[in-house]
Amino acid sequence: MRQLVVLGGGTAGTIAVNKLRPRLPRDEWTITVVDQSDTHYYQPGFLFIPFGIYRPDEMVKPRKRFIPSGVELVEAEIDRIVADDNKVLLVGGQELPYDYLVIATGTTPRPDQTPGMTEDMGGSVHEFYTYDGATRLAEKLATWEGGHLVVHVTEMPIKCPVAPLEFTFLAESFFSDRGMRDRVEITYVTPLEGAFTKPVSSKYLGSMLDERKIVLEPDFMVESIDPEAKTLVSFDEREIAYDLLVTVPINMGANAIARSGLGDDLNYVPVDKETLLSTAHSNIFAIGDASNIPASKAGSVAHFSMDLFPENFVRHLQGLPMTAKFDGHANCFIETGHGKALLIDFNYDTEPLPGKYPLPGVGPFSLLKETAVNHWGKVMFRWIYWNVLLPGRKTPLPALMSKAGKQMENTVEPTATASGQHNRKG
Amino acid sequence: MPVTTMNGRAIQVNDEGFLTEYDEWDEDLAKVLAQNIDIDLTDAHWKVIRFLREDYRTQGETATTRRVQTVGGVPTKEQFTLFPKKPAKKMAYIAGLPKPHGCV
Repeated sequence: MRQLVVLGGGTAGTIAVNKLRPRLPRDEWTITVVDQSDTHYYQPGFLFIPFGIYRPDEMVKPRKRFIPSGVELVEAEIDRIVADDNKVLLVGGQELPYDYLVIATGTTPRPDQTPGMTEDMGGSVHEFYTYDGATRLAEKLATWEGGHLVVHVTEMPIKCPVAPLEFTFLAESFFSDRGMRDRVEITYVTPLEGAFTKPVSSKYLGSMLDERKIVLEPDFMVESIDPEAKTLVSFDEREIAYDLLVTVPINMGANAIARSGLGDDLNYVPVDKETLLSTAHSNIFAIGDASNIPASKAGSVAHFSMDLFPENFVRHLQGLPMTAKFDGHANCFIETGHGKALLIDFNYDTEPLPGKYPLPGVGPFSLLKETAVNHWGKVMFRWIYWNVLLPGRKTPLPALMSKAGKQMENTVEPTATASGQHNRKG
Repeated sequence: MPVTTMNGRAIQVNDEGFLTEYDEWDEDLAKVLAQNIDIDLTDAHWKVIRFLREDYRTQGETATTRRVQTVGGVPTKEQFTLFPKKPAKKMAYIAGLPKPHGCV
């Protein structure tokens, strides 16, 4: 028997085993998934918990429910991968030998990496990228009386790069609805040069911050947080005072990847960006957020890449070239508050542009435009995630990005130098 | 892609003025690029720029400020002193390399 081991039973790992099990004969292949917890979180829902839109317990299901029959789920922590010996060591001493290894260990917020970030966590410093953090923030906002709210991104890349903007828009809407908007000052602090990473969408999103009287503080690389003085301090010695700080800590791949010597500076596994095959080992793939592909760390990227991966994987086993080339396709609903959302669709080479999706000219979703239909798309997505995506069922969405139905507007003026006078590019 | 003239020769650049051909760069050109953004190159600057050049040659991508700190041995704080406001972008610009990833 040959053995496939998948490390991580999150979005990418779960879709992968659901798609690979039918393709790998059961009398030839065993498949084992390792995960340290028995809970699968609907992570896109964490954004809504602080505002009381979703209850925390609605975001949780047992992991084993989404692992198909014929796949063994091992609940254990990973010590390290010994790639030269084709085996995984688990904490507690168990060894899992493999013929092929798929790393899907994701990425994790690491507040411990920024001096001063953990001291007052849960007090005046909060985060919403974990179940516990989002739940604590809901409790905080329920009784908060106002002041200076600072929403802060530590360093890119982060999981779901639009989520901090969505949080900011939803917060503005939340305070308006509670009749306390005039008692809250909101500042959005980012290491990027503008509201978002790509020029056209950065311009749209930046003007949406303006309309909502939200101050943008770009090019801010945090050095430390002073929890006593309640200030963010940048490497170039700017200081921003806060009453309530909602930060997105730096994201890093799993420590086990670092211990195994398989990661880059942020513990992401270097892979070929079209096939997700490790650049160092021909029997290791890294999928989802765990790899170093220059795409968004987002469930949509995991989903689209998993439409192509199973066929590539089987071809690779047969010694054939992998013909399906992933293009970095991502799309994200961006909640903008007041019952509306906008949608962006992009890949490695093409930035988010206005238009209609998925049917060119028809929609029903509008790209880079706030509509109620987009908001309902995001709301429905939770059902689709549990019932269609994780089980690896077909969606009507093409895996590769299409330019059809998009306006190729040329609104980006070239900038002459890196002198920093043009603040739009990311 | 635009072509510009620096030090009397044609240089390929992108819309933002970053060099697009690794081999068109040399240290004389770096001095011109640095002047364009009002930076006087000292030994400390050269240490960063030479690290970036060498790292790109072996890694195939521009080092981030984090990597310049952990692998290149120049603390982030010092990078901000040497290349004010936007060290990642300015270091890459002078070293004739693409802007680093992370902007996705």
